[in-house]
Amino acid sequence: MSRHPVTTAARTEAPVTTTYREALREAHRDALRSDPRVFLLGEDVGRYGGSFAVSLGLLEEFGEERVRDTPLSESAFTGAGIGAALRGLRPIVEIMTVNFSLLALDQIVNNAATLRHMSGGQLSVPLVIRMTTGAGRQLAAQHSHSLEGWYASIPGIRVLAPATLEDARGMLAPALADPDPVVIFEHGSLYNLSGTLPVDPVAVDISTAAVRRSGTDVTLIAYAGGLGKALEAADALATEGISAEVIDLRVLRPLDDATITASVSRTHRAVVVDEAWRTGSLAAEVVARIVEQAFYELDAPVERVCGAEVPVPYPHHLEEAALPQVVDVVAAAHRAVGARA
Amino acid sequence: MTEELFVELFTGLLREMIRIRRFEETCAELYSATRIRGFLHLCIGEEAVAVGVVGALSDVDAVVSTYREHGHALARGVPMEAVMAEMFGRSTGCSGGRGGSMHLFDATRRFYGGNAIVAGGLPVAVGLALADHLTSDPAVTVCLFGDGAFAEGEFHESANLAALWHLPVLFCCENNRYAMGTALAREHAATDLATRAAGYGMVAWAVDGMDVLAVREATERALAYVRDSGQPCFLELRTYRFRAHSMYDPDRYRSKDEINRWKELDPIPALAARLVDQELMPAHDVEQWMAGVEGEVDAEIAAAVAAADAAPLEPVEHLTRFVTTEPGDARPGVRAS
Ligand SMILES: Cc1ncc(C[n+]2csc(CCOP(=O)(O)OP(=O)(O)O)c2C)c(N)n1
Ligand SMILES: [Mg+2]
Repeated sequence: MSRHPVTTAARTEAPVTTTYREALREAHRDALRSDPRVFLLGEDVGRYGGSFAVSLGLLEEFGEERVRDTPLSESAFTGAGIGAALRGLRPIVEIMTVNFSLLALDQIVNNAATLRHMSGGQLSVPLVIRMTTGAGRQLAAQHSHSLEGWYASIPGIRVLAPATLEDARGMLAPALADPDPVVIFEHGSLYNLSGTLPVDPVAVDISTAAVRRSGTDVTLIAYAGGLGKALEAADALATEGISAEVIDLRVLRPLDDATITASVSRTHRAVVVDEAWRTGSLAAEVVARIVEQAFYELDAPVERVCGAEVPVPYPHHLEEAALPQVVDVVAAAHRAVGARA
Repeated sequence: MTEELFVELFTGLLREMIRIRRFEETCAELYSATRIRGFLHLCIGEEAVAVGVVGALSDVDAVVSTYREHGHALARGVPMEAVMAEMFGRSTGCSGGRGGSMHLFDATRRFYGGNAIVAGGLPVAVGLALADHLTSDPAVTVCLFGDGAFAEGEFHESANLAALWHLPVLFCCENNRYAMGTALAREHAATDLATRAAGYGMVAWAVDGMDVLAVREATERALAYVRDSGQPCFLELRTYRFRAHSMYDPDRYRSKDEINRWKELDPIPALAARLVDQELMPAHDVEQWMAGVEGEVDAEIAAAVAAADAAPLEPVEHLTRFVTTEPGDARPGVRAS
């Protein structure tokens, strides 16, 4: 995973070696330090140290009022986050995984995403909700699904998916500054991603996709856990003389149509990678937009590499088969490029 | 009861607890050796609940469990080979290898899983009991869940429904004082869970979950009550897990002292001591008997591991099997043969 450390522009101090997990933790530390309205709440964020150790040490540093352990009550504590946000605080709600967020879906859809509209603009919900998503660790069907595409279909919320250290470090601050709810998805396979970051956080724009690699023959569009696979596929394609551009969606809602369309207009071919089930997926939405906005630029049908339509199975070989793999991305790119002739 | 019956009961319970303990210890080793993957939650320390509750059921009863369910499955009679094969992800596993440690199923034994969404099994247990009620089936549905699950809306909604509709559910709250790293008093404003459950209009009481005889007796009483009255019942089984929440858990949130205090209540030596104290068996015989049982159990475990190891993986071409019903698949009302 560390084959593609994110490099950043000019910096004065030597960069620090860190991980995705630590970058997230630093972002929380900054937020808690710089704004007394910010507090973190969720299951085991305090004494346990965070189920994925993101908040490790924060309880000791900020105390239990601001790093607040909750009972297993996803609906209630997410709703409580919404209420506190209505009163002008800046809660960060951590839900252990997207699978469990379904117990809070009512609060997220029917309150967080909707209160501004239903109240005719009187209310604002400046809430950040973070959760883990994704498969790849043999956790079976109730711990492995990628449901972020569902969230990306909900008007009223912004949906982010940091896939790099820089975004893990830099997305929380603008998310907290957003007057509306922001849902952040952290892919479970990324926490140990390591690399370097500049000492001072780089501002991250949470409205645009990022081109992670430039290329001319085909655009690979991915996000979260899929980004590393797309970059690896691009490396493999490069050895065959195929130049792939790689776009990291990173903002799943609202989608950055301009970046996608501009790239596809240059390469004329696209492959969309999405770990979620194919039907009704975010990949489906991206393909639809390409077809709507860049149809006449296309030299080949847009390809999709998605998760198989099966609850994620436990055995390693079946889980691998259920998820997009680098070879699948390479094969899809071959089909796209081959169709040129 | 005659003395022989006491000895039979005591040794039966003891044997099953040792069997589960050794199985769990083996799982921990196999996990460290990366033979078992995913999440692994052990019930070491809580064997008295598995054996006392599940062992008291009859074949017609149903069981709904959690991700910490190896002991429940073994006590229910799910063959050890099938449980081990499941954790190896083999097609001979009790869930065909699809579920792993957290999703053990056995429809023929009315073992309805293996649920890894905390409190996710509770509403399903209510539905199973509703069906039994509607079809005048004398079965009881036993639902095992943790103190953490007691905080979820799904528990409270299910308790109310079962009481409101007079359904034969036995709620068994395995209160091991922690939900992952969150101690009981940090998850519940009122920590007397049985009293709160009683507020739903159910008979409810707390039981020493480290005492397998107490658990067994309470379960028998509760089952008789549910069968006779058709009303739900709630048992709070006060217990403790000796190991971390899962193999990922660094266990930072409780003291060694606390763990050691609870280890003094270990249900296995406690029951062995009872055999001696009640003069059912001399100490030396108990020791010998236990050593014999350990040998037998270890042989059973070794055979299960060997069988799991030799068992086939499902072909990749079968990836999308068991998503929707295909010819030959089980359907409700059609019992698998
Ligand atoms: C709805 C939901 N939220 C969170 C989790 C993560 N999680 C798994 S087990 C657990 C603790 C549950 O505690 P308890 O109910 O007491 O059962 P125990 O593990 O102690 O047996 C948590 C928070 C989950 N699996 N499902
Ligand atoms: Mg517990």
